[in-house]
Amino acid sequence: MTAIGVIESPVASAIEASRRSRAGALIGYLPVGFPTLDESIDAAVALVENGVDVLELGIPYSDPVMDGPVIQKATQASLDAGFRLRDAFTAVEKIRARVDAPILLMTYWNPVVQYGVARFADDLRSAGGAGLITPDLTVDSGADWLAESDRTGLDRVFLAAPTSTDERLRLAVENSRGFVYTVSTMGTTGARAELGLAAEKLVARLRSVGSTSACVGIGVSTAEQIAEILGYADGAIVGSALVRALAEDGVDGVARLAAQLATGTGR
Amino acid sequence: MTVEAPPTHLRDEQGPFFGEFGGRFMPESLIAALDELSAAYDDAKADPEFHRELTELHRTYTGRPSIITEVPRFAEHAGGARILLKREDLNHTGSHKICNVLGQALIAKRIGKTRLIAETGAGQHGVATATAAALFGMECVVYMGEVDTERQALNVARMRLLGAEVIPVTTGTRTLKDALNEAFRDWVANVENTHYLLGTVAGPHPFPVMVRDFVKIIGEEARQQVIDLTGSLPDAVVACVGGGSNAIGIFHAFLDDPEVALHGFEAGGDGVDTLRHAASITMGRPGVLHGSRSIMLQDEDGQTIDSHSISAGLDYPGVGPEHAWLASIGRATYTPVTDAAAMQAFRLLCQTEGIIPAIESAHALAGAIELGRTLGEKATILVNLSGRGDKDVETAGAYFGVLDAGAGA
Repeated sequence: MTAIGVIESPVASAIEASRRSRAGALIGYLPVGFPTLDESIDAAVALVENGVDVLELGIPYSDPVMDGPVIQKATQASLDAGFRLRDAFTAVEKIRARVDAPILLMTYWNPVVQYGVARFADDLRSAGGAGLITPDLTVDSGADWLAESDRTGLDRVFLAAPTSTDERLRLAVENSRGFVYTVSTMGTTGARAELGLAAEKLVARLRSVGSTSACVGIGVSTAEQIAEILGYADGAIVGSALVRALAEDGVDGVARLAAQLATGTGR
Repeated sequence: MTVEAPPTHLRDEQGPFFGEFGGRFMPESLIAALDELSAAYDDAKADPEFHRELTELHRTYTGRPSIITEVPRFAEHAGGARILLKREDLNHTGSHKICNVLGQALIAKRIGKTRLIAETGAGQHGVATATAAALFGMECVVYMGEVDTERQALNVARMRLLGAEVIPVTTGTRTLKDALNEAFRDWVANVENTHYLLGTVAGPHPFPVMVRDFVKIIGEEARQQVIDLTGSLPDAVVACVGGGSNAIGIFHAFLDDPEVALHGFEAGGDGVDTLRHAASITMGRPGVLHGSRSIMLQDEDGQTIDSHSISAGLDYPGVGPEHAWLASIGRATYTPVTDAAAMQAFRLLCQTEGIIPAIESAHALAGAIELGRTLGEKATILVNLSGRGDKDVETAGAYFGVLDAGAGA
C-alpha cells in the first residue's frame, strides 16, 4: 500500500461503522444553495437526522457534464440565485455545527483550480469538511490534488466506471481515500428503474484489485435498490431522487424520503 | 564554442499537452472511449490505406485542393496589401469542417461505431457530420443550442434533410458550449456504439491533436499555392478563431516559418469593453473547460461566462489548447474584431469580389483589412475563408435591412 494508508479517513470510518451496525452506508447528495443556502443547509441536516451516514454536497457549476436534468436544474437555480464558492465552506461549517456526519464536496475541477487547489484544501479543512469527490478529475490528471489532499489529510474520492480497465481500477482504488465511487451504469446522474448487473460486477472487480470501500451511485432512488446494493457494496449513493424531493416537497419532503431510503440499510 | 540550440519544431507537438495547456479532464466513464480513440487514431495515422482513402474522399467528394483567390478590389480597402483567400467556402458542405469530419468518420468506422453525435454552433459542423453519416450509412444526432437553431434555421433544415436528428439544447446559455455539454452526456450514456465527432480543436486528448491533423491540410495546400503564385511565403496568415479549427488548420503548416506572422481574430461582439463578446484569449484566463486546460472566459469562481457574437460559430467562451499555447509563447497573435467590423468586411467582400463569406470568416476579413493598412502594399496576406455565407443570408439581410418587409425580416 502507499503512504495514504496512514491518513485517518473520516468517511471510511463512518462507512465502517455503518457496516458494523447495519448492512452498509447511505450517502446522500444535495447541491449547495438550492433552493436557498439556508434551506440547503437545513435539508442536509435533515438527511443526517433521518439516517444518512455521509453527506455529499454538490458545488454548482456552469458546465456539469456528468449531471442529468434534475441536478442540472437545481444547480443552475443555485447559480442564478448568486451561489459563490465560499457558500460551500459556509454550508459545511454550519452543517457540521449541527450534525456529526462527514461531508464530502462534489465538485467539477475548474472551480477548485480557480480558487487555488492549496487554498481550497485549507479552507475546506478549516470548515470541517472531509474531502472531495471529483467527477471530471481522474487520478492520472490529478497530481496537484493528490499532493494537497495528502498535505491536508483530506479524503479524495475517485470514480470507477464499468468501462474502466483493471489497471485504471487499481489506480482509482490505490489513490482514493474514503471510498471509490462506483458508477453503476454508463450515463449521467438521474433515477433509473433498474440498475442491472454492471454495478455488482464492477464492485467485484474493485474488490479483486484491493478495494475495501466501494460505494455505488448513479441511478439509485429506492430503498429496495439500496438493500440490493448493500448486499455486495459498502455504501449506496442517492442524489437526484433527494434533489427532486427537496424541489417538490421542501425540507420535510427530503427528510421523509431519507428516512424511507434508510430502511434499505437495515440488516 | 557555443552549443547550438536544437531547432524548434512547433509543428511536431502531439499532445496531450501543449506547454501547460491540453490534457484530459473528463469523467472516468469516458476515459476508455478516449483511450480507444487515441489508439485507433495512432493506428490509422500509421496506415497508408487510411491516408489513401481520406485523400481520395477529399479529391472526389470534398473538392480538394481548394483554390486560392486573389482579391484586388477588396484589397484596395486594406492598404493595398496583396490579399489571397484560401477558399474553404468552396468545399462540399460549405466550410472547412468537412476535412475533420471525414477523417473522424473514417476512424469511427474503423472502430465499429455506428452512430455519430456532434455539437454545432453555426451548424456547419453539424451539416458536415450529417453529410458524413449519410455517406457512410451511420445514424446521426446533432446537438445545437436553442438560440442557434433559431438564428441558423436553414442549417437545421439541411441537417434534417440529410437524415440527422437535430436536438435543440435548452440548458445553460442554450448556445455552443451547452451543445458540447449535451454531446458529452450523450456519449457517456451511449459510448458503446457512438463516436462523438467533436467539431473543433478543443476537448480532451486526443481531439485537439486529431482534429488539427485533419484540418492542417488547409495550410499545407495554401503554403505551396502561395509560393507557386508569389514566389515566396506570405507575410501574414489570418483566420477567425472560435474553438480554433480553421485557424489551426491554416496556421499549422507555417508554425516553423518564423518570418510568417500568424493572426487569429476572435469575436469581439459589442466590444471587449462590454460583457458581450467571445474573445476568449484576449479577455480570458487559464482554466479547465470541456476536458482540457486552456484559456476561457470565466468569473472569479471558475464559472464559465456567457459569450456573445453575431456569429454562432464563434460564440464559444473557450478556445483550443494549441491556440492557448501559441498565444502564450507569442507565436500567434490574437485580436478581437467587433460584430460591426465583421459585418462591414462581410459586405465589402460581397460587393467588391462577388463572394459571400460566412460571418465567422468575415471576422478574419476584418482583421486582414486592419493588418493590410498596417503592413502596407508590399505585404502579402493569406486569409482563410473558412466558410460561405449562404447560411447567414437571413442574419445579414436583417442586419443591413435588405429583406423585403413581407419576407420575414
